[in-house]
Amino acid sequence: MRFLRTALASVVAVAAGAVALAFATRGFTAFTTETARRVAVSRHPVPVPGVVLENQAGTRFSLSALRGKWVIVDFVYTRCQDQCAVLDANFARLETMLARPIAADRLRLLSISFDPGRDTPTELAAYLARFGGRSPGWQIARPVDTADLVRLERAFGIAVIADDDGGYTHNSAILVVDPRERLIEILGWRDPEHAAREILRKLEG
Amino acid sequence: MRRAHTRLAGGLLPLLLAAPPLQRMLEASMTAQMLAQIPLLVIAGMLLGNSLPERVANRIQPWNRGGATGLIVVTFASACWMLPLSLDAALASPVADFAKFLTVPLLIGLPLAASWPRMSFVLRGVLLFEALATLFRMGWLYLISPVRLCNSYGLSDQQRLGKWLLIAGTALLLCIAWRLLWGRPKAAAGAVGPPGLRAGRHA
Repeated sequence: MRFLRTALASVVAVAAGAVALAFATRGFTAFTTETARRVAVSRHPVPVPGVVLENQAGTRFSLSALRGKWVIVDFVYTRCQDQCAVLDANFARLETMLARPIAADRLRLLSISFDPGRDTPTELAAYLARFGGRSPGWQIARPVDTADLVRLERAFGIAVIADDDGGYTHNSAILVVDPRERLIEILGWRDPEHAAREILRKLEG
Repeated sequence: MRRAHTRLAGGLLPLLLAAPPLQRMLEASMTAQMLAQIPLLVIAGMLLGNSLPERVANRIQPWNRGGATGLIVVTFASACWMLPLSLDAALASPVADFAKFLTVPLLIGLPLAASWPRMSFVLRGVLLFEALATLFRMGWLYLISPVRLCNSYGLSDQQRLGKWLLIAGTALLLCIAWRLLWGRPKAAAGAVGPPGLRAGRHA
């Protein structure tokens, strides 16, 4: 009986530890912030702030103006040498694969720049042209107000860190916003075919 | 009196680490956070655990025979703070950061120091093996992962941390080997620590 209390305390410690780990890993589904975010969003959609953006043509519009359409969003900066180039090459393929809902005006692609200081409409237009993006199906825009950028990054779960060489390290994803202006799904940016299938399934369902 | 000093040092160290300039410096890189800030917080907790008032230590002792409960608490608490998402959370949210400053000393350092002298040779072996395996596993993962595991830190930082974790693992392995080969047999059998704590080991 000498070990009874220790056994009891150990059982309590294991139970408490398991609960803490389950809490930290979102029920053992996530190990990184990125996966935790994906799990959280698919369970609880996140309302998208209706901020004002300025697109590649210099036209200002509110994100709320896209209400009623599906919007596929990504976050980039035009000087990005690696990740954004792959991401937007994949966006260009999405544009092709999702041509029908785009033509029916049910869906839009929207790239948002998180470097509004440098990404002027001229830069944005050149960037979009480089990937063969055609407005209005695919637009690229920058937030007008820096405070709005913070709100956008928070809502979409985008973390941007400045590099030593003036570039940025950032997470990338294909972000799905439903017609009710809610972020409902975060898809991997490396697999546009999978993303297109998922999006088309949502459009039908 | 010396015990009170140790306790004071253990209490002040986290406060010092929480001072904004030092905190910013140690959280600026993944390597500094994982290999300086968190270990220092563990050491703070160990100072507290080593200097528990006799009365408190005696109250805890029946619930922690052989250091078993402490080992479990240390294992789970370290597992939680080894998740990349926890490191991100500590940077992004003040609540998580506060939790780190509170739980790393109190749930890792303190139980470790309070339980180690009570642990049998086997249990110590388990703990050390667990620590070694974790250092090598995490180090290797961080070194080879092409994906950033923390949103707050860059890939090169992650790889540097991986390298340092492997170095730390190797150092620990060498220390253990040294102790096993050349350490005093009594020490290897777990009879180290102040007499007061040693007495509690078989109680």
